[in-house]
Amino acid sequence: MPEMTMIEAIRSTLGDALERDERVIVLGQDVGVNGGVFRATEGLQERFGSERVVDMPLAEAVIVGSAVGLACSGMIPIPELQFLGFGSQAFHQIEGQVARYCFRSQGSYPMPMVIRAPFGGNVRTPELHSDAHEAKYVNTPGLKVVMPATARDAKGLLAEAIRDPDPVLFCEPLRGYRLIKDEVPEEDYTVPLGRARTVREGTDLVIVAYSAAVVIAERAAERAEQEGYSVGVLDLRSLVPLDVDALREAVAACGRAVVLHEGSLTGGFGAELVATIQEEAFWTLQAPIGRVAAYDTPYPPGTIEELYVPSVDRVLDAVRAALES
Amino acid sequence: MSAASTIAGPDPLRLLAPDGTLADGHVPALDGDELLDAWRAMLRSRVCDERCFSLQRQGRLGTFSPVNGEEAAVVGSAWALDPARDWIVPQYRELPAMLRFGYRLAQAMQYYTGHPAGSRMGDDVNVLPFQISLAAQIPHAVGLAWGLRQQGRDAVVATYFGDGASSEGDAHEAMNLAGVRRAPVVFVLKNNGWAISTPVRKQTAAASFAARAAGYGIAGELVDGNDLFAMHDACSRAVTRARAGEGPTLVEARTYRMGPHNTSDDPTRYVDPVELEDRRAFDPIERVRRYLTAEGLIDEASEQRLVEELRSEVDAAFAEAQASPAPGADAIFDHVYARPPGRLEAQRRSAAREAG
Repeated sequence: MPEMTMIEAIRSTLGDALERDERVIVLGQDVGVNGGVFRATEGLQERFGSERVVDMPLAEAVIVGSAVGLACSGMIPIPELQFLGFGSQAFHQIEGQVARYCFRSQGSYPMPMVIRAPFGGNVRTPELHSDAHEAKYVNTPGLKVVMPATARDAKGLLAEAIRDPDPVLFCEPLRGYRLIKDEVPEEDYTVPLGRARTVREGTDLVIVAYSAAVVIAERAAERAEQEGYSVGVLDLRSLVPLDVDALREAVAACGRAVVLHEGSLTGGFGAELVATIQEEAFWTLQAPIGRVAAYDTPYPPGTIEELYVPSVDRVLDAVRAALES
Repeated sequence: MSAASTIAGPDPLRLLAPDGTLADGHVPALDGDELLDAWRAMLRSRVCDERCFSLQRQGRLGTFSPVNGEEAAVVGSAWALDPARDWIVPQYRELPAMLRFGYRLAQAMQYYTGHPAGSRMGDDVNVLPFQISLAAQIPHAVGLAWGLRQQGRDAVVATYFGDGASSEGDAHEAMNLAGVRRAPVVFVLKNNGWAISTPVRKQTAAASFAARAAGYGIAGELVDGNDLFAMHDACSRAVTRARAGEGPTLVEARTYRMGPHNTSDDPTRYVDPVELEDRRAFDPIERVRRYLTAEGLIDEASEQRLVEELRSEVDAAFAEAQASPAPGADAIFDHVYARPPGRLEAQRRSAAREAG
């Protein structure tokens, strides 16, 4: 089985989707001739033409807003937000239109669209390029939010998101585009939405994470192991739908949990996870749940971003605190 | 200068004068049964406005926005399109256009009474749902037109918005994209003088909205929006251009909102009564009435019969909406997703238990 980086997996999945279904259309800033600023769409315009891989004006709201109309016309649009942080410029279209169009039209117009958006920090880009805004979208009924952590999942989840009849926000960790590299089957396959992945088994504590933070969680778990603890990692894969069963079982199996994400703490997805664990697995808990997130500040300049984005050390501190309480 | 009037600029296209006479040498393209159908739609709209206001005051209808004053702008444009292949992307003050394209009056009544069934669009009804978030529908119209053309369909999309919504970023982004993609769209900007209480001179310093078209590299037309024939004429040209692949047109319909913004609004707080009275002299319905009367196509008695018929039509639609089965708790959850998350299904079951 060949190894692929996450960006290669995404690119090949987009190519497969364009090949398989002529209703699929990719649109965004710089996605055509330039192949995307991260090369996620490299070569696709050459293969499929400028009517199917479309360079758009620099205007997020109409990239997403015109995709609503494309979907109404019977197409399957895959708009790209160059960065999730710029999604704020399209938020009214995503939250007010994309997410509720099926409901608003009482099923006449479902929105089989995938909005792709790189996000996340520690790559020395200025603010808004690096923001982890997923929690804003999770609080948007009608939308699904998918956050792959491996190249293999990026392919399978993206293929599934494109087939899914509902709108999906597909968040891609830009730090992991090239650093995340693993075995990816060549054949077509899908990974179902709402099915978490056990990355590592552990009997003392589980770290619940998603996207590139899974890598941080794994490193923290390895370090904890050196200290004599058995720490598992659960990769949620999608936040909506949320795999509540896997979350309950993972926590119940060890009685201790740390939740981890790159978005800021207050109102972050960790709060949702802690609340869900409390509802589902309270009586199995042996310690308060740890919560590791970015601070409640704007994304800081590059020289200090490593102090802001949750690090292995910060996760390890939370793991120790939970284990020692 | 009156409170709401647009800053002085070019004269809008006018083919039918307020006294019901045609511009020299003009032969209306809208004639025969189509013209009488358009007249009927304008009157139905006025009758429907009156009836809905009364029902709302009785507490039997939710919030309602009347078309009052904009009948020619809506009907003239919609009658330039072909319901069999073209599309309407409305805001919320364009019911006559939606009805022409097959949306049912009873569904409108369901919508106004808060019944979800009012939002389901029939399979052959080329109309997108009412839009409450102003200007958000304009990008949709562009994408729809682009997508239909890409799939080889000969379809033109008309979308509607007002002078207020024209200030939104979506209006700008959408018209710009439509120009770039030469999307077959007719942007019908109904400049009715008011965005609730905000007069148009506080929306823009420009003399004309139509002039914006130049900035997008698209065609623009400034039209007397209270003139059925001028609206039909300008929009027909726009449709012809769009079908020929020559791209979109921005049609500014210079009209006037003769009623309140909606049933919750009290325009006596901000509209000068003298201005309102002046504008009533330009009532789009009166103009067509004079023309049709002079042509011998209608008279007082036939109009009275028509009005009675339309009242019955509106009453029957309201009665049908009232008779539709009341939605239950399931309707909160239906269609939120085509493939709902398990968590939402658990909430559905819980809501059903609550509802008993």
